[in-house]
Amino acid sequence: MSEAAIAAEEARPGRLKAFGTFARRNPTIVIGAVLLAFMVTLALLAPLITNPPMQASPADRLKPPDFSNFFDPEKRDRFGTDNLGRDIFARTLHGARVSLMVGLSVAILATVIGLAIGLVAGYYRRVDAVVMRLMDGLMSIPSILLAIALVALTRGGLLLLIIAITIPEVPRVVRLVRAVVLAVRERPFVDAAISVGSRSRKIIIRHVLPMTVAPLIVQATYICASAILIEAGLSFLGAGVPPEIATWGNMIAQSRLFFARAPWLIFFPGAALALVVLAVNLLGDGLRDRLDPRLARRM
Amino acid sequence: MNLVEPEMQVATAVKPILEVEDLRTHFFTRDGVTRAVDGVSFTVAPGETLGIVGESGCGKSVTALSILRLLPARLGRIVGGSVRFEGQELLSLPEGRMRDIRGNRVAMIFQEPMTSLNPVLTIGDQIAEAVMIHQGASRSDALRRAAEMLRLVRIPDAEKRVGDYPHQFSGGMRQRVMIAMALSCSPRLLIADEPTTALDVTVQAQILKLMLELKQATGSAVMLITHDLGVIAETCQRVIVMYAGRVVEQAEVLELFDAPLHPYTRGLMASIPRIGLGRRKRLAEIPGIVPDLRKPIVGCAFAPRCPIASARCRAEPPPLAEHRPGHLAACWHAGEMP
Repeated sequence: MSEAAIAAEEARPGRLKAFGTFARRNPTIVIGAVLLAFMVTLALLAPLITNPPMQASPADRLKPPDFSNFFDPEKRDRFGTDNLGRDIFARTLHGARVSLMVGLSVAILATVIGLAIGLVAGYYRRVDAVVMRLMDGLMSIPSILLAIALVALTRGGLLLLIIAITIPEVPRVVRLVRAVVLAVRERPFVDAAISVGSRSRKIIIRHVLPMTVAPLIVQATYICASAILIEAGLSFLGAGVPPEIATWGNMIAQSRLFFARAPWLIFFPGAALALVVLAVNLLGDGLRDRLDPRLARRM
Repeated sequence: MNLVEPEMQVATAVKPILEVEDLRTHFFTRDGVTRAVDGVSFTVAPGETLGIVGESGCGKSVTALSILRLLPARLGRIVGGSVRFEGQELLSLPEGRMRDIRGNRVAMIFQEPMTSLNPVLTIGDQIAEAVMIHQGASRSDALRRAAEMLRLVRIPDAEKRVGDYPHQFSGGMRQRVMIAMALSCSPRLLIADEPTTALDVTVQAQILKLMLELKQATGSAVMLITHDLGVIAETCQRVIVMYAGRVVEQAEVLELFDAPLHPYTRGLMASIPRIGLGRRKRLAEIPGIVPDLRKPIVGCAFAPRCPIASARCRAEPPPLAEHRPGHLAACWHAGEMP
């Protein structure tokens, strides 16, 4: 670095400089987080900034994307229109709401349930064998099959979809938490806590639980990414969210018939899906490097 | 340095605070049963400092852990004997009642100050834990008590340092924190399992001195476990020598160092390096190794390594008998020289 650059660096205000240093050391976290924040903002604002996603207009069917006057609020063909003349831009943004909702809910649900089961299985050795065999059983159920079965039995819907994706993810969290608990409970400070008279419950919450947070955050991001993909896959197969709701999977499924004539119908939801999954995975990778001291290269 | 003061010598007539009788703790491993503690008996008087000495694997630590019932359940089990604390049998006490005793009436200091503190909790919170559990104190009261304890173990700036994390302390300071933690509820008995082994020699002396001063201030009894005879000589009033899970000798500290009766004790003393013994002279050692505790031991456990062992030693285990007033040894040839 030249002296001028160093001088410029030092001249920057403290907080900004600290962020600059952080961004340079952890580029994947920053890129992933910024990308994800951008997608979340768009998804949250979707009802305010776009046309209604259901509004059909048979006169404007299959219009190609037109990027001119992009910010004109009346414009309906920024990303083109589909076979019913619906606004692809509006539908893609509304699809983001469903995808992110599913990703986030599954990540939180699977983490919380898995954490509770994992702590108990890891700490109380007696329940361990039974719980883990049960988890192995759950793990062998493919999410897609479970979702199809659940949709076939009931009327389907977002909540059911979230439950169907969560169930096979829970055992992965349980295994991770249990492994951490098994390692932590052998550490001398746990013996020390027992020797001052702490109850098991208190030891688990105060001494063991905090040790699981870092690996869990990383695992949660991976679960989030895979849940988004599974949701898209299920919607594509028709076993996910009802087809009238705009989701990326539904959009891709409905437009595969027109693929040769109107490839943008698949391109935009597909690109959005790839971008969100990439953002979440970048964030997860970055956090893993940052939070796991054994993998940290620059700490 | 001799920290034992004459007026502290405790009369043996006082009712003991801790009575361990014929304690047997076995480990059930895949290759068989290891008799880690095999019939150990001793008592601790109120205010007394009792030293337990022996080499690695002789059962010192397992004895200590057995008293507080801290052994990992899937490995070791207390198979017999009795441990009475202030007249109350501990081995049959329900776990909930046992928790009320741990850290409150009987506290323990572990060997590894580096790892016995939780790295993600502040020092203050960890000391406060016992106070909150046993005295039902609020968190702020407990933290005040923690700061007081830190001041007592001479940590400078105690009020500020309660908010620090373990990595901000040195090894000696962490052991002081452990002592503060153990003494925070003014226990009647403090079990210190090799409290200074992991520390520098210079820090060792400070920690021992501090421990004994605090013990005097609070009037608690101390059970000091160590493999270092020097530590015993400086700090204890009475000593128990353990070998292969059994007590082989028990005496007042001066008596033991003046006239050891058991050949194992004599061997231990001969193996202390001394300055001025002449250059060419090699350090004495005890030949052989500790017996395999998985196999039943017939006769005296020390017989295979003993210079004066006879046929009787190999056939019949010697009882722990009083050979001089207050001086017990488990040896058929107690006091005989090779």
